[in-house]
Amino acid sequence: MSAETTAATTAQWSRPPLIKSTLLRHTITVLGLLYLVWSIGSLEVNWERVLDGLPRASNIFTRMFPPDFSRWALLTRGIIESLEMAFAATIVGMVLAIPLGLCAAGNLVPKPVYLVARSIIVLLRTFHEVIVAIMFVKIFGFGPLAGVLTLIVASVSFISKLIAEDIENMSSGQVEAIKATGASFPKMLLYGVAPQILPRYLGVSIYRLDANIRHSTVVGIVGAGGIGATLSATFSRYDYDFSLAILLAIIALVFIGEFFSTWAREKLR
Amino acid sequence: MSARGTVQTRYPEVWKKYTPGQSAVRALWYIGIMFVAVWSVRHLDIPWFYFLDAHVQIMDLGTRMFPPLWSFIEVALPPLMETIHIATLGTIVTFFIAFPTAFLAARNTTPNTTAWLIGKFILVSTRSINTVVWALLFVAIFGPGPVAGIWAIAFRSIGFVGKLIAEAIEEIDEGPVEAIEATGASRLQVLLMGVLPQVLPVVYGTMVYRWDINIRESTVLGFVGAGGIGIQLYSSINQFAWSQVSLMLSLILVVVIISEFVSAAVRGKIT
Repeated sequence: MSAETTAATTAQWSRPPLIKSTLLRHTITVLGLLYLVWSIGSLEVNWERVLDGLPRASNIFTRMFPPDFSRWALLTRGIIESLEMAFAATIVGMVLAIPLGLCAAGNLVPKPVYLVARSIIVLLRTFHEVIVAIMFVKIFGFGPLAGVLTLIVASVSFISKLIAEDIENMSSGQVEAIKATGASFPKMLLYGVAPQILPRYLGVSIYRLDANIRHSTVVGIVGAGGIGATLSATFSRYDYDFSLAILLAIIALVFIGEFFSTWAREKLR
Repeated sequence: MSARGTVQTRYPEVWKKYTPGQSAVRALWYIGIMFVAVWSVRHLDIPWFYFLDAHVQIMDLGTRMFPPLWSFIEVALPPLMETIHIATLGTIVTFFIAFPTAFLAARNTTPNTTAWLIGKFILVSTRSINTVVWALLFVAIFGPGPVAGIWAIAFRSIGFVGKLIAEAIEEIDEGPVEAIEATGASRLQVLLMGVLPQVLPVVYGTMVYRWDINIRESTVLGFVGAGGIGIQLYSSINQFAWSQVSLMLSLILVVVIISEFVSAAVRGKIT
C-alpha cells in the first residue's frame, strides 16, 4: 500500500455523528448559535461593573485568607441548628410521605386518588426550596420553623415520589398471596407491600437526610434559620474571612453527610 | 414427644419475622431515632402557638393570591426569559470547565496522581456549595446581575456534571482505546478517537439533565441579586403583592414542568 492511499483513506474517515440526519444536525447547530447571540444580547449587563470583577475577586480572596474561626461559638450554633432542622424535617417527612406515596401508586388506589396525589407531588416538587422557604417565612415569621417546614415539603415530595414508583414496580405475587388469605387492605399493605419497599424507603430517606443537611445551609439566606443567615450576613458586611470559615464548615458538613449516607445505604443493601 | 418439641421450636405456630435479639436491636434503633427527633425539635425552640392560627393565615394568603394578576405578565415575562437564559448559558459555561476536569478526575485518563487529586477536589468542592451561596460570592465579585447568576449556576454544576462524566469515562470499554493506541496515536488522539465517542452520549444526557435542574435553581438567584425572575418575585413578596406572586409562581410552574418534559424527551432520544 502506498502512502498516498493511506492518506486518502484516513482523510475520508470521520467519527459517526450522534445525530444521523445532516439537515437536523446543521439546523440544531444554527439554532443553537442564534440562541446564543440572542440570549447574550438580551441580558442586561453592566459590563463596566463586570470587568471590574477581576481586581475585586482578587481583593475578596486575599481578604478571605486566612479563614477566621475565632467566632466559632456562632459558627457551631448555626451548624447545629442546621443539623437539627435537617433531622427533624427528615423524620416528619418520612412519616408524611407514606400516605402520600401509597396514594400515588397507580396499582393500589383508584384513578382519581392517584391523580390528586401525583399532582400534589408535582406541585410540591416544582418550587425551589428557597421560594418555599420565603413563603413560610412570610406565614410563620423568621426562624427555624420556616426552614423545617420547607425541608419537610421537599422531603415529602421526594420520598413519596420514589416510594410510589417502587410500589408500582414491586412484584404483585406477594400481594396476591396475602390477599388470598383474606387479609384486609391495611394487612395487605403491612405484609404484602411494606416488606418489599422497606429497604428502598430507608435508602431514599437516608439520601434525603443528606440532601436536607445540604439545603438546611441555604434556607437561612431568606431568614429560615440555620447557618445560612450567618453566612449571608458575613457577605453583606464584607466579613470575608469569616465567610470562608463558614464555607469550609459547610463543605465539611456536606462531606460527612454524603459519606454517612453512602455508608448507610451500602449497609442496607 | 421430644421430636415434636423440636419441631415446635423450629416451626412455631405463630410465625415471627425476627428473633428476640433482632427485635431488640431494631427497638434500640427506633428509640435512638426517636430520641434524635425529639431532641432536635425541642432544641429548635419552635413557637407552637404559631400553628394555632396557621390555617387562618394560609386561607388568608390563598384568598389574597387568587386570582393571579394576569396583567402583570408583561412585567414578569422579561425576567422569566432572563432566568431561562441564565440557566442555559450557565450550563454551557459548565461544559467547558467540567469536561476537561472530568478527564483529570477519571482514573484511567488522568495524567498523574496530583492531577487526579486536583480534579477530584474541584469536583467535590464545587458540588458541596449551593448555587445560592455561589451566587452570594459572585454578586460580590461581579456586582448584581445575570453575569453573577451565570457563574453561580456554572460553578455549582461543574461538580455534578463532572462527576457523572468522570464515572462514565471510568466505565468505558478499553478495547477501542487499545486499538487506537496500537496505531501509534498520540495521547490526545487516543482521547479524541478512543474515549470521547464512548462518553459523548452520557455527556449530552448529563448536560440536558443539569439544564433542567438549573432552570429550577435559577428562579431563586434573584433573591441574592443574581438576576432572573427571583428579583421581581422577592420584591413582590416583600410588598405583600400576593396576586403578583401567584402569577409568577404559576409562570415558574409552567416553565419548570416544560423544561422537565423537554429534558426527559431529549434524554430518551440520546440514550
